[in-house]
Amino acid sequence: MQKQLLTVENLTVEYWTRKGKVRAVDDVSFYLGKAETLGVVGESGSGKSTLGLSLIRLVPPPGRIVKGHVWLEGKDILKLREDEIRSIRGRKISFVFQDPMTSLNPVKKIGEHFVELIQTHEPNVSRKEALERAGKLLKDVGIQPERIDDYPHQLSGGMRQRVMIALAIALNPYVVVADEPTTALDVIVQAKILDLLKAVQSIYNTALIFITHDLSIAIERCDKIFVMYAGQMVEHSNVRDMCKNPQHPYTQGLLKSIPNIELAEQKLEAIPGFPPDLLNPPSGCRFWPRCSYAMERCRKAEPQLIETEKDHLVRCFLYGEMV
Amino acid sequence: MSKPIVKRSMLSRIIPAIGSLRERGLSGWLVIFGAAIVISIILMTLLAPWISPYDPTTKGVNVGAPLTPPNSKFPFGTNHLGQDMLSRVISGGGVMLQVAFLSVAICLAIGVPLGLFSSYMGGILDRSVCLVMDSIYAFPGLILAIAIAAMLGRGVVNMALSIAVVYVPSYFRVVRSQVLSIKEMPYVEAARSIGAKSRTILFKYILPNVVPSIVVVATVNFADAILTAAGLTFVGLGVEVDIPDWGWDLANGRKLLPSGAWWVITFPGIFIILLALGFTLMGEGLSEILNPKLGE
Repeated sequence: MQKQLLTVENLTVEYWTRKGKVRAVDDVSFYLGKAETLGVVGESGSGKSTLGLSLIRLVPPPGRIVKGHVWLEGKDILKLREDEIRSIRGRKISFVFQDPMTSLNPVKKIGEHFVELIQTHEPNVSRKEALERAGKLLKDVGIQPERIDDYPHQLSGGMRQRVMIALAIALNPYVVVADEPTTALDVIVQAKILDLLKAVQSIYNTALIFITHDLSIAIERCDKIFVMYAGQMVEHSNVRDMCKNPQHPYTQGLLKSIPNIELAEQKLEAIPGFPPDLLNPPSGCRFWPRCSYAMERCRKAEPQLIETEKDHLVRCFLYGEMV
Repeated sequence: MSKPIVKRSMLSRIIPAIGSLRERGLSGWLVIFGAAIVISIILMTLLAPWISPYDPTTKGVNVGAPLTPPNSKFPFGTNHLGQDMLSRVISGGGVMLQVAFLSVAICLAIGVPLGLFSSYMGGILDRSVCLVMDSIYAFPGLILAIAIAAMLGRGVVNMALSIAVVYVPSYFRVVRSQVLSIKEMPYVEAARSIGAKSRTILFKYILPNVVPSIVVVATVNFADAILTAAGLTFVGLGVEVDIPDWGWDLANGRKLLPSGAWWVITFPGIFIILLALGFTLMGEGLSEILNPKLGE
């Protein structure tokens, strides 16, 4: 196998609804090195959350993973038995969810969440020991250890998200998937939570998959970024190349829509139109109805990912075609 | 290891609720008032052998003249057998309370797990259980209970069973609808994402969050069970004649009413209403306190 920590190959997830099959994640491949941060950027409905959940096989029904591999430590997660995958969830790949207000069980004290998590994966650990570890973890994320006896409703949103982060790193996982961890929080708390994620990432040496709709946050915090549009990866590169030389018209559009305080008079450009209905995706390239560079063949043929520079992938006919 | 945790967290939600009842305004007083009625009737029934002036069974026949109106010696009068009505009223709640508690226990034991599993699993199992429950629910309650009691015969357990069959669907429906919404909550997804088993999710994440609703249904159900039990004895499907029971006295008093003996039917009737009222008040108050969406 490759030396990469986590490798995703041709992952395809479909929701089999009554109206038809919706391909939410379409043939996505990427890899993640140790302690790397990967940003997944896309509009709502572009399949980024589904992608995150499918990494630990938790796509809610009627979703199905129809194709692909997720390699972790030489094993394909998608082919594991149910009890094997359960031992990966929370221990090797853990999650921080979008809404901290409802992500903790309202009838359990903060400490019990840690006891539950730790004893699920390490049955020999005593309750007392688990609570001690919980206190230390809470300290690491900036919450007084005394709050261990509080119920979730006694904490603020930002504090709850800190608890979620502490839970996510409790068993020192290889990968933390943060699915829009700051969307439900106000801007100041957002910045603090992002700093905290970065800090715990360097302490615990975990890789981070950062799912967001905000390209500016991804640029600021990540090593690599890939942009998703209508379930497909449209551009993938390291952060520097993405900023210096965005290639896909969609990425260019996103970058133009970020305000820049150094430009005195900058008009923010919006991308016209709406993301496509994935029940009936447009023929050819999925972005052509909104693309200012759209050509005749964009409507007919579907572009493939091509490597324009080293490790810079883009799905667009403007850059030629894969041979 | 795990069980006491759940218990403690449930208790710690209920105990402060009771402690601060008086600060809850009207709904708090409803609970206190209802509980006072219910507890005093239970105490009265338990202490009956010591506090009733005469024997309420057939051994107490002819302690006074038949159909004596209320007077200082027999404050509630006597019935056609010359039994003291006060003594019969004091011990007459026993059967009804036993039936009510037993039937609620049976309902809890069947309705709650059924709703929990059926709703959590979903699919065809859920559909078919729902269908069965809805068809029971569609039946007029008392008539169904009478039919089942007629099949099973007399006795406390049989009464409780026939009442339980009628009320299991209400538990099932409440639990099922609650689980349907709770199982989609992010904290359940979060539990799955940390590798929790289905059993853990059901009993540690979903069930404790359903408990407040179950408590409310159970208290309301007590009142219904008492009235249904009274109805069963009234139509002669209750307990043996020799056991003092309000329902039996009610049925018997109806026959005596034309002769002007109003006291035989009035006092047991008042106590049935009181007991049902007590449970209803408790249920109403609790549902407002435990359900934050209804309050204020």
